[in-house]
Order: sequence, then C-alpha cells, then structure tokens
Amino acid sequence: MFEAITQSFSKVFSGLLQRHRLTDENIDEALKEVRTALLAADVNFRVVRQFIDNVRLKAVGQTLIQNVRPGEQVIKVVHDELIELMGPKHSPLEFSTEGPTVIMMCGLQGSGKTTTCGKLALRLKGQGRHPLLVAADIQRPAAVRQLQVLGEQISVPVHANTNGTAPPGICQEALTKAKGDGKDVVILDTAGRLHIDDPLMKELEEIARVTRPHQILLVCDAMLGQDAVNSAKSFNERLAIHGLILTKMDGDARGGAALSIKQVTGKPIKFIGVGEKIEDIEVFHPDRLVSRMLGMGDIVSLVEKAQATVDQAVAIKLQKKLMDNRVTLQDLLVQLEQVERMGPLKDILSMIPGMNSLMQQQDFDEGELGRFKGIIHSMTKQERLHPEIIDGSRRRRIAQGSGTSLQEVNQLLKEYQMMRKMLGGLLKKGPLNPMALLRGEVPMKGKTHEKTRAMLREERKRRKKKRHR
Amino acid sequence: MKFFDRIKEGLKKTRERLRSGLASLFRLRRPIDPQVLEELEEILYSADVGGEEVARVMERLQAAHREKRMEDTDQLLGRLKEELKVGLQGMDSGLRWSAAPPTVLLVVGVNGSGKTTTIAKLGKRFQDEGKKVVFAACDTFRAAAMEQLQIWADRLGIDLVHHQQGADPASVAFDAVQAALSRKTDVLIIDTAGRLHTKDHLMRELDKVVRVVKKKLPDAPHETLLVLDATTGQNALTQAKTFREMIGLTGVVMAKLDGTAKGGIVFAIYNQLQVPVKFVGLGEKMEDLEAFDPAAFVEGMFGE
Repeated sequence: MFEAITQSFSKVFSGLLQRHRLTDENIDEALKEVRTALLAADVNFRVVRQFIDNVRLKAVGQTLIQNVRPGEQVIKVVHDELIELMGPKHSPLEFSTEGPTVIMMCGLQGSGKTTTCGKLALRLKGQGRHPLLVAADIQRPAAVRQLQVLGEQISVPVHANTNGTAPPGICQEALTKAKGDGKDVVILDTAGRLHIDDPLMKELEEIARVTRPHQILLVCDAMLGQDAVNSAKSFNERLAIHGLILTKMDGDARGGAALSIKQVTGKPIKFIGVGEKIEDIEVFHPDRLVSRMLGMGDIVSLVEKAQATVDQAVAIKLQKKLMDNRVTLQDLLVQLEQVERMGPLKDILSMIPGMNSLMQQQDFDEGELGRFKGIIHSMTKQERLHPEIIDGSRRRRIAQGSGTSLQEVNQLLKEYQMMRKMLGGLLKKGPLNPMALLRGEVPMKGKTHEKTRAMLREERKRRKKKRHR
Repeated sequence: MKFFDRIKEGLKKTRERLRSGLASLFRLRRPIDPQVLEELEEILYSADVGGEEVARVMERLQAAHREKRMEDTDQLLGRLKEELKVGLQGMDSGLRWSAAPPTVLLVVGVNGSGKTTTIAKLGKRFQDEGKKVVFAACDTFRAAAMEQLQIWADRLGIDLVHHQQGADPASVAFDAVQAALSRKTDVLIIDTAGRLHTKDHLMRELDKVVRVVKKKLPDAPHETLLVLDATTGQNALTQAKTFREMIGLTGVVMAKLDGTAKGGIVFAIYNQLQVPVKFVGLGEKMEDLEAFDPAAFVEGMFGE
C-alpha cells in the first residue's frame, strides 16, 4: 500500500539529500516533484496546492538552521505536514454510556460497506461487545443475504426485514430488538448511493433522524480519484459524519484520496480495511502511515501484529527448544502455521524497513509454505520428532501422501538440517529469541534503517540487563 | 444521437463542475497567459486525466499558443477538445463476435467496481438484440455474490450456471461453456470474483478460468472486459495494466459515470495500453449501459 507514493518520494528526496544548500530554486524544484507525486497519487489538486504552499513557507523559513542537512530539513517539513493532513492520532470509536451504541455506515456503491460491517462486528465482538448487524440495504440485489452470510460466519445476529418495510423502519425495528436482546452495539449497513442522488440521500438523513447514531462512518475506497472530495463533502454536509473507514488498502493504490477526504471533511480516519478476510481490519495510525510513505517502514505495526497473532506460550516453549537446539519438524509446522496466520508473507515483509524495495524484485512463493506444511502433515508423529528415522521408503510415502515430489521432501529435510546447524552456530553467540526473527532482526540485504538499529540496540540492552539479574 | 444525449445527461453534473471551472476560465474572452494555462491544467487534473496525458495535452496547447495559432480563451476550448479527441483517435469500441456461437465474454475487475450490475446490463442489451444469453456465476468467493447474479438472471429470464459458494471458479466456467454449447446459446457472460490486481494467487485463479474455457473453445474468451469504477483515480491505469498482462484485455467498461466523477483515466488507458473503452454505465437501471463513443464522450465532458 502506498508503494508508488513511497517510491516517488524516495526519488525526490534522494536528489535533495545530495545537495548542501537549500535555496529558493532547489526548494522549488523539489516541491515541483512533490506536487507531481501527490497529483499522481490522486491527492486533490486543491489540497496539493495548499500543501505545497505550506511546505514552501516552512522550508524557506528554516534555511538558517545550522548543522542539519538541508535535504533532511525539507523531508522533515513534508513529513510533518503530511502527518498534519492525516492526523489526528488514532481516534477510537465512542460508545454510548446507556443503551446500545448505534453505528451507521454510509458510502458510494462498491466502496465495501457490507464487508466492513462484518469486519467491524467481528472486531467489536472480539472486544467483548455484543453487536447486532442490520441489513438496511434493500437496494442492491442480495445485499441482505450477503450480510446474513457474513453474520453466520462470525456468529453475530443479523436483523433483516424483506417484507417491504423502508430502511428507516427496518433500523428502528432493529433498535428495539437490540434493546430487548441485550445487544450493546447496532451496526447499520445502508445501501450504496451517489452523493447526488437526492431521494436516497434523504433516506439516509431519515435513518439518521430516527436512530440518532452515535457514530456515522463514511466508507471510502482507497483507490478513489479526484472526485473523492466531492462525494465526501456531500455526505459530510448532509449527515455530519464522525469519521472515515478506508477500504481496499491492500491494493497498490497510492491512496492520495485519503489525504484529500481527510482534509475537506476534517474528520478522522478510524479504520482501514487491509484484506479480503473478515478479520482484515486495522486501526488507522497516521504517523505510521506517513513514515511508511516516506520509506521508513512500519516496524511498530509489524511487532504488534506478530504479538497479537503468535501465541506467547508457544513462543516461549519454542525459545527454550531453540536454545537447546531441540527443534523438531513438529515445531517447524507450528511456526509455519503462525507465520501464515499473520497474513500473506508479502504483507509482513513489506512492513520491515528496507524490504519494500527488495520486494519489488522478488516474487515470493506463498505456495512453498503450504507445500512444506503438507509434507510435515504427511509424516507420522515419530517422524516429526525424530526426522533421522525418515529413510528412502518413508520419503516416498510422505511425498505421495502430500502430493509433492521426492525432491521436495528431500529439500525440506535438508533445509531443516541446515536450520539446526545454523542454530547451533548462532547459539554459541548467545540465546536467541524467536520473536527477533519476526521483528526483522534477520540479516537484511542493504542498509538497515536507523530506526531498526535503534530498536536492536534497545533490545540488546534489555537482554543484557536480564542476564545480569 | 441517443448516446450523445445519454452521456450528456450522465455527465451533466460533471459538466456543471467542469464548466464552473471552465466558466471562470472562459468567462471573459481574455488573452492566454501562463495563469490561464495553469488553471486549465488543474481542470484536467480534476477530471482524473492523469499526469502523462495532461502533460501531452498541455504541451500541444502551449505549442499552439507559442506559434500564435491560438490567441484567446475562446480558441483554447476548441483546441482542448480537439486534442482530447486526438487522444482517443482510432479507438474501436465494437465487440468481437465469434464466428460460431457462443461468443464468450469474461468480465473482470477489482472489488466493488460494478461487475455484476454491468453483466446484468450487458445481458439485457444482448437479449434486446434477440440473442440467447447465459450467465456463469464464477464469483464463488464473496458472500451472496451468486444470489446477486441469480436475482438479475431471474428478472431477465436468463439461464444461470452456478455451483456452491467456495467452488472452483474454473469448474463453473467449464460447465457454463458446456451448457452454452449444448443449449445453443449466442452469448455466454462469465462473472468473476472481484480481486485486487495485486493479489497474485487470485490473478492466477483467473488465468486458470481462461485456460479451462480455452480447452472447450480455443478462441474464447472472445472479449475480456475490465470493469472500472469511474470514481477510481490513477490506480485504474495500474489495474488495466496488470489485468492485461495476466489474462489479456480486449476492452474496458467504465461503470458509474452517472456521478460527478469524470473518468478521465480513459485517455491514459487507451494511449498507454491501447485498450479501448467499449461501454459506459450511466445509472442503476438495467438499460443504463451505452456503447462508448469517443467524440461524444469528449463533447459530453465539455459540451453545451
């Protein structure tokens, strides 16, 4: 996500970093490229104009600061200004203190409202709340059914009424039902509509009037172009929205529209949709996203994701085994499954600073993980714990059972042996934390980013302290 | 001039906005200066026309200005339209029909672009032309996607070939081709799951659908249409590029052009990828689909 914008910024800044003096001319030159990059990223041209003016004003005012490389100064200004545009910091949902909290979703057709309703319901359920989904989209064929299927998948009840009741009535019914059933969150899935479709916009106003939502969230597609500001403005003017949810952030859209919408509505981006699976929703962090846009990676997100997914107990057990170099194929299987649970390998790697450019060249074979898993699954327990007993005949059986070739089984066993050998070498240098592998402390090609290095330093200090204790 | 009227109606809002931009620009007949050109550049950007195309058009306009072939804002508008039309010159928006039926149309696109609605509209259009149509529900991933197409099929009285949710899309496609052959269908339209073009495995899945269809009908699909949401920005070009590389594209359907979005990315898609626009979606009703007419499109953007 935001890869393209990151790329163009890297280009602009690497040029700028080589200069020693910040003059009006080279500021202008750099800003011209920033302008092109932002426009290519679908940032609205008016927002771009304002942004450039702000940066110029601030950059020129700073030319006198000593001992800082001029290029870095401009980066700092662009960075700060982008955060200013994307901010404020994470803005959580607000919940009602009495009675169910009503969350109303609205947006253009195809922005991803229904899917997002399901994702949000699952997230809130995971936080111990009791959501009720409401199918208020009776416009699009099978939209009600879609929400019902999603509801079944996540075991969240769905209120629907296909007897011809208008959406405001359906929502009212749902509210009464929620109160009766002891639900504490009601999520209204409304029909997609164009912001210039007056009757449908009136219907939304009516729903808002009768349900008095605590949160009205506008669902926006991250791929939106220049027109994003027009639709967002209309929705905000008619409904006074509370925040935004950006969807389809797992694509490669430059996402500039997010900046524009944020700017014209002044409303915070609350969540981002990052995949097709129902758990693929994340809290939006402007500062992280901006760092990522500027090529600094997003190490914090990665660590959080790893911690949420990797079972701590398993990790500790594995750590002990790693230290004694007693890792079996069974452990390897558990690891593979955990890595998989974190999402596509490509996504995880892209969060590591410096990996983004590497990613461009490499095509990751996601299938290999699956094949490895299949092979291990086809082994008996004895074989997993004592791989040395796997002889030629067992290998053939395993290959057949997992639908792979003998070569692939051999490859897995060879890599396993190599891993053990490698671990043996590493262990001589001190204990190894399996989380470290996930945090990007793997040997990386090219230069490790300053931020990573700082983190590594911290980590080393902490471990040292621990050992002394 | 049905198309002209429809597109004018659809682009009415667009035009109003563009004209409010253009109006202030062309309100008074004034000499062309750098500021006028800069304003014009922004108007083009606001229509999602995109950097390279804007640069191309501006270059041409500036040259005309330098050579004194164009002196005031009155001439500028005419020139602008001309340049944009040049950008779409030679576009063939006709459909490629198979010599022996069925003609197979594969409809692809990212999530939420409007594939299923477009398919319903295409089905209605072919039906009105007296053709026998079959739909194939190869979106076995999204919840209730099949039901959505089923509802349209029922409304139109069109046969739908489908399996269960979660089934292999390629096997649905295979059965659909089989059914189209045995039922002597004129047109088979295959609906596919929305997929972001960045998802490798999903793009490969699409490739498999194509391969399976080819097994039965070597020259099918005769049309592979990418449905683009008109509100999409510059990413639409990347989408078109990736889909074209993976499975080949024969055309684009620009959906949701009835809003205020302008669909200016059409120029880049045609010039850089040579993929023509074949249809435009102009509303929510089944008949709101029109064959694309480049000249009318440009006029619709700026015309009276």
